[in-house]
Amino acid sequence: MDYSQFLTMKQEIGVLVLFLVVFIYDIFAPARSSKAIAWISTVGMLLLTVAGFFPCLLGVPSDEAVSVFNGMYVTSPVVCAIKCILNVGVTIVLLQSVKWVNNDMMAMRRGEFYELLLVTLFGMYLMVSARHFLLFVIGLESASLPLAAMVALDKNRYESREAAIKYILTACFSSAVFMMGLSFVYGLTGSLFFSDIYASLGMAENSALLILALAFVIAGIGFKLSLVPFHLWTADVYQGAPTSVTSYLSVISKGAAAFAFLVILAQAFGCVYEQVWEWMLYAIIILTITIGNLFAIRQRNMKRFLAFSSISQAGYIMLGVIALNFMGTAAMMYYILVYVFSNLAAFGVTQAIENKTGMVSIDDYRGLSKSNPALAFCMMLAMFSLAGIPPFAGFFSKFFIFTAAINQGSVAIYVLVLIALINTIISLYYYLLVVKSMYITPGEPVVARFRSDASERLGLVLTVGGIILLGIVSPVYNWLLDTAANSELLAFLLNV
Amino acid sequence: MNELLNSIHITPLWYLIPSLLMFCAGVYGFLTRKNLIAMLISIELMLNAVDINFVVFNRYFFPHSMEGMFFTLFAIAIAAAETALAIAIIINIYRAVHNVDVTSVNEMKF
Repeated sequence: MDYSQFLTMKQEIGVLVLFLVVFIYDIFAPARSSKAIAWISTVGMLLLTVAGFFPCLLGVPSDEAVSVFNGMYVTSPVVCAIKCILNVGVTIVLLQSVKWVNNDMMAMRRGEFYELLLVTLFGMYLMVSARHFLLFVIGLESASLPLAAMVALDKNRYESREAAIKYILTACFSSAVFMMGLSFVYGLTGSLFFSDIYASLGMAENSALLILALAFVIAGIGFKLSLVPFHLWTADVYQGAPTSVTSYLSVISKGAAAFAFLVILAQAFGCVYEQVWEWMLYAIIILTITIGNLFAIRQRNMKRFLAFSSISQAGYIMLGVIALNFMGTAAMMYYILVYVFSNLAAFGVTQAIENKTGMVSIDDYRGLSKSNPALAFCMMLAMFSLAGIPPFAGFFSKFFIFTAAINQGSVAIYVLVLIALINTIISLYYYLLVVKSMYITPGEPVVARFRSDASERLGLVLTVGGIILLGIVSPVYNWLLDTAANSELLAFLLNV
Repeated sequence: MNELLNSIHITPLWYLIPSLLMFCAGVYGFLTRKNLIAMLISIELMLNAVDINFVVFNRYFFPHSMEGMFFTLFAIAIAAAETALAIAIIINIYRAVHNVDVTSVNEMKF
């Protein structure tokens, strides 16, 4: 075996090195300097993020897809781009969590948060790069098991325990269902390589077993993505988990799973798109967007509210998968990038207020514009961006993903986009409820004036910058469109 | 005795039907059991059904390669990791509510 193949996994090696540095520091550093671990990890992650954008450092050197280990692992500009997007999100999450990690309650488990987080990031890298189901399952599990431990990190608080048991049981159940689907796929095709599955499905007749297998596979990943009807764990886990973990769960984990979902459906099952999985995904998208929206309206807890909002956002992200064209891929990556910034802005404000006062109810945000105008402004921008109001990035991401879906061409997809549009209007209602509570509702401010931590402010400035700039700076979308159009992901479309 | 054994022809169905039954029993147990440990055992049952499927498909239909066998090995390791973590969390729950009943872990809903 040629061991130099490992050198193509530059980003993974980067994360592993950072993990080892954090791990060794955590073991050997004296207790009084244990707080430095937060900044070591954050700065390390920032360096990884920056290095990922430069081909000579951690990016891919060529425009071609490079596959190693007999094609089990692939790296290419488009895969590298999604890893860079995830890195940006992780850096912001780490910045925002410095305050929480450095409080005294966490003294015993400070390092564990960063170690577990870096392992899950490593798993997500494997998920998006895998072109063989064995490697994919290993990535999926190493991305979801440490997350359960992270959810349970606040182990003296009851909600955290309840959230953890709910998360681990649904995660195990869904991976069992997923692997059952894989075993049927293996029985049908005799291989676990995406390309071999694609080739032998193209020749075979469609059978009921294939439909069952794909239903299992979609259900398994649907659990990770919290698509309706597999979403029941989401709100409880988001509410119970520590807010830093919730923001990580809702943004990074979801973004990686969405991209991996596209890779599987396109590369392994792309040839049975119309016959088998288009209508499954169609129904799931309608349910996800609508039910996510309707349940978000009645939430009073900010974290539960953001949970349901993120369910319906996942439905919009899936529009890029059902489109199955180059534009859809680019629009989906752009949507994930914008979603990273807008959702992390919302979670950043929630977290700053929770760290200071322990309040998480929307009613507690009354009069926030008077006591803490900067926080209220950040929250307002985040809500506008999530709802898709024009000058902000969220509008453009929704616009591109709807355009991409319409470009797919069938009448059914037009109807789907219409339903999504109507839901955008419904979502405007509940996003603006938060803004109303902060700016319009009369009464004395509930949260007193306070000064948030420097790291939290830095994180919020970054997210707000992203929300405002990403909408205006068009080269970002063009770059994603270029990488998607030259990518190997949907190359089979050209051969038809 | 030997003649009797030779007269039985074992087809893949002899394995696949029990594995399917195991999987369905696992799903049923997961949905109906109230005890967290019993739910975990049901998940184990589902994962073992998957393992049997992979081995049988590999042995009977695609004997020229070992992909299914290797997937099974990894799946067993992953299942063990899942169980270890789940039991740790169940112990944590036990410390909070002094039993392992799902009905007592229902503070958060809707």
